[in-house]
Amino acid sequence: MIQTPLCQLLGIEYPILQGAMAWIADASLASAVSNGGGVGIISAMNADADWLRAEIRKAKALTDKPFGVNIMLMSPHADEVAQLVMDEKIQVITTGAGNPSRYISDWIDAGIKVIPVVPSTAIAKRVARSGAVAVIAEGCESGGHIGELTTMTLVPQVCDAVDIPVIAAGGIADGRGIAAVLMLGAAGVQVGTRFLVANECNVHQNYKNKILNAKDIDTITTGKRLGHPVRALKNNFSREFAKQEYNPTISNEEIERMGAGALRKAAVLGDEKDGCFMAGQIAALVNKEQPAAEIIREMFGEAETILGGAGKWVK
Amino acid sequence: MTFDKVAKILADYRDMEVDQIEMNSKFDDLGLDSLDMVDLVMLLETEFDIEIEIDEKLETVADLVELIDSIKE
Repeated sequence: MIQTPLCQLLGIEYPILQGAMAWIADASLASAVSNGGGVGIISAMNADADWLRAEIRKAKALTDKPFGVNIMLMSPHADEVAQLVMDEKIQVITTGAGNPSRYISDWIDAGIKVIPVVPSTAIAKRVARSGAVAVIAEGCESGGHIGELTTMTLVPQVCDAVDIPVIAAGGIADGRGIAAVLMLGAAGVQVGTRFLVANECNVHQNYKNKILNAKDIDTITTGKRLGHPVRALKNNFSREFAKQEYNPTISNEEIERMGAGALRKAAVLGDEKDGCFMAGQIAALVNKEQPAAEIIREMFGEAETILGGAGKWVK
Repeated sequence: MTFDKVAKILADYRDMEVDQIEMNSKFDDLGLDSLDMVDLVMLLETEFDIEIEIDEKLETVADLVELIDSIKE
């Protein structure tokens, strides 16, 4: 059995968080992950408080275990959903896409455990100072919006920079990934892409099939020109986007417009041509649709075997 | 006074001469992204012995100097 300080901190059986995937991570997936012993996360994305309240209530009906909400700080509804998570007494909040400082003290006063996603050691130090209970160090192997550093390089540096538990994310889809990041100093993992194909995940079946069929070289990073790079599977949309990025006659605004709504097209409509199928580099390792709880048990079973045998390298 | 210190730290950070930094220099034009800005702010916190929260986007050196002065008061 693998136990880390994160288990005690969050009251969970396995030190694993489910990544907050916009248009994908809803009450169904989050509650399944929580019931499986990890922390399921509902993505508040750009939705308003009414939508989020309904999802939170659904999740509460489906699980009595702790679950969390991810607040995208650039959302136009950030203020109202920041209040809602306090009213609904959510246990865990993860944050991304912006600076959580304007909400963090209110959340902490409300008894919420705040776990920001951090792309650098300086940001990790700052959120730790503000009262974050842990941080998610997310490498650019991840799907969706990504930073510059890899999981291999970011995790140990963040571990050195802060005294709170570090959760590693990016490039983890099996027990080998868990074992590796625990050795880098992490106290847990956040996994997105593998949970996307969970039975309880409501994403369009075409999206799941694309992940299940992906090869090692099938993801591409676009959007660097706009200052917010995104990793997604290669398809007509992402290849065209990548090409236009190098076209100097197209304005940033036009490029921005090309991307608008593309994730929804992928996740909700399964539009294989014009959708943006965000996925991590690890997609090729994801080959099986399973219940979320089984994914968690399998991953940690593998990690335990690997770590149990690791002594053979020490002579 | 604040400007002189900010300009010196910024020039060091960006490998530039201090006289190339002006009040209306834009961080975008200096090629500093949002992660660089957090790094830079950490250095300034140590220099001025204050805590700087960056809620709004800082565009120019003047924005940063103004923010630091308001915190110092």
